[in-house]
Amino acid sequence: MRSPQSPVLSINGLVKDVGPLSSMDGKMLRVVSGISLIAERGQVTALLGANGAGKTTTLECAQGLQKSSGGSISLLGHDPATAGAGLRSRVGVMLQDGGLPPSARPLPLLRHIAGLYARPWNVDELAGRLGIDTFGRTTVRRLSGGQKQRLALAAALIGKPEVLFLDEPSAGLDPQSRQLVFDLISELRDDGMGIILTTHLMDDAQRLADYVYIIDGGRNVAEGTVPELLQRAPEVEAGAEHIRTLVFEAPAGLDLSRVLPDGVDVAETRAGSYEVTGPLTPAHLATLAAWWEAHNIMPGSMSLQARSLEDVFLDISGKDIR
Amino acid sequence: MTRTPAGAAAAAASGHAGTAGQQPAALLKRVLLQGRYEALAMLRNGEQLILAVVLPLLALVGLTVTPFLDGMGASRINVAVPGILALCAMSTAFTGQGIATGFDRRYGVLRFLSTTPLGRGGLIAGKVISVLAVLCIQVAVVSAVALALGWQPTAAGWLPGLAFLVLGAAAFTALGLLVAGTVRPEATLAITNLLWILLGALGGIVIPADKLPAAAQPAVGFLPSGALGGSLREAFLNGAVDFGAAFILLLWALLAGAAAIRWFKWN
Repeated sequence: MRSPQSPVLSINGLVKDVGPLSSMDGKMLRVVSGISLIAERGQVTALLGANGAGKTTTLECAQGLQKSSGGSISLLGHDPATAGAGLRSRVGVMLQDGGLPPSARPLPLLRHIAGLYARPWNVDELAGRLGIDTFGRTTVRRLSGGQKQRLALAAALIGKPEVLFLDEPSAGLDPQSRQLVFDLISELRDDGMGIILTTHLMDDAQRLADYVYIIDGGRNVAEGTVPELLQRAPEVEAGAEHIRTLVFEAPAGLDLSRVLPDGVDVAETRAGSYEVTGPLTPAHLATLAAWWEAHNIMPGSMSLQARSLEDVFLDISGKDIR
Repeated sequence: MTRTPAGAAAAAASGHAGTAGQQPAALLKRVLLQGRYEALAMLRNGEQLILAVVLPLLALVGLTVTPFLDGMGASRINVAVPGILALCAMSTAFTGQGIATGFDRRYGVLRFLSTTPLGRGGLIAGKVISVLAVLCIQVAVVSAVALALGWQPTAAGWLPGLAFLVLGAAAFTALGLLVAGTVRPEATLAITNLLWILLGALGGIVIPADKLPAAAQPAVGFLPSGALGGSLREAFLNGAVDFGAAFILLLWALLAGAAAIRWFKWN
C-alpha cells in the first residue's frame, strides 16, 4: 500500500557486503542485510539507528557512492549506480564528513558549486538564510563544527534539489544553528522536497520526521510516523502507550511502596529523587498528592513524561551498548 | 503500513524545492569551471607555487652558472631549459596534483563532488584541465626568464616540444592519480616529493642521460622522466621528434591510467 504519487526514493531488500577484511580472515562483512524503505515528496523520512546500524551505507548506496551487493534502489525512477549528471542535478547530498576542501572559502566554494547547475539557488540568498555570509571569506579549516555543517547543507541545497540526503545533519550544531537548520528543512519539506536523513538522535527524529525507519544491525526493525511508533506497544509490554513517568524531588528515604496500587513502580533512583512509572491516571496523581499532604511534604520539583521515541527505540533495538 | 502523501499538495505548488526539475550546466561548462577552480586553488597554495615555479627557476639559474652541462655541444642554457620545462610538467601533474588529490580524497571532497552534476568523470577532466592551465603559466614564465638569460630554442622545436609536454603531463597526471588514489595522503606527500627529487636529479629529466653514471644510462630512457626530458631536448636543440620517447610516454600514460581506474579508491 503506497500513496498514488511515485516516491522519490524506493529501496527494496538492499544488501551490502564489504571486504574482504583482513580482520575477519579475509571474509566479507555484511553491513546491510535487506533494508527496504520508501521516501515521499514533501516529507522528511528519517533513518534512525545506533552508530554502525547501516544508515550511512544505505544512504551512500542510494546516492550512487557505493555499489549495492543485492536488492534494488530507485531514485526518482533511476538506478543511482548508473546515474548521469541529469539525475545528480536533481539530488542534493550532505555527507557526514562534510566533503569540503579545508583551504576553500565558503562563498567562492558555493559560487563554484552553483555553476554546475543550470538554475541554482541564488548564492547570496542561501548564504544569508544559513548565516554563512558572516564567515563567507574564512577558510573552511578555521570554521567551527556548526559553521562547517551549515556550509555543507548549503552546498547540498545550492542546486535546488528535489531530493535531499542529510547524513547526521545536526552533528556539531549549537542550539541556534540547530533551530535555523531545522526551520529550513521544515520549510523545504513544505515546499515539496523529499528529504531523507539519518540520525542517532531521537530528538531530531521526533522534531523533524514525518516517517521514521528504525534500523538495527543492517535491518529494518520498525517503521511508522512518530505517533504510530510512540503508540506501538512491544509484545512484551501491552499498554505501553499509556506509560508515564513521574519524577519528583523530596526528602530522602520515604517509603512509598504501599502508597500506589500494583502495576505502578516506585523507585528512589538516588537519595531524594523518586521515579514513579506505570499507566498513570489522574487518580494515581491524586493519591500521591493526598499522601504528600498527610505527611506535610512539598516536592522540590516534579515532572511528568510520556513515552519518548527513545523508549521505543530502546525497547525495539535492545539496550546493549554497541 | 501506509505512507500518506502529506506533502503531495504542497509538492504541486512551486517553491524553493526543485519542482521545476533541475538540470545540470552543460558538460563543457562544468568541466571548465572545475578546471579553473582547481587551477586557482593550486596557484593560491604557497607550497605548490614554490614547487611549480620557484624551484624550476632556481634549477635553471643553477644549471646556467655551474659547469654541469658543459661539453654537450650546445650552450648550458640551451641544454638546461628543455629539462626545466619537463621538470615543470612533473611538478604540477605528478607532485602538486597528486598531493591535492590525496588530501581531497581524505576530506571527502571527491565523494561530495561526485554526487554533484560534475561526477567522477568531470572531476578527472577538471584535474587534467587545471594541470594544463598551470603548465601553460609555467611554460610562459620559464620561457620568458630563459629567453632573457639568452636561451635560443630551435624554432621548429616548439610544436613537438609543446606536444611532448602535454603527453608527459598526461603520463605524470595518471601516475599522480594512481598514487593519490591508493595510499594515505601523508604517504602520497612523501612518495611524490621524494620521486620529484630522485627523478629530477637522477631520472634524466634535467641532467641528460649522458651525464649520469654509465650503469644508469640504459634504464633512464624508459622512465617517464628520462623520456620527457630527452624528447624535449631533442625538440628544442635539434627540432627533431623522438618517436621512441613518445611511445614510452604513451605507454606510461596508458598503464598508469588503467591502474588508476582499476585501483583508485574514492573514499
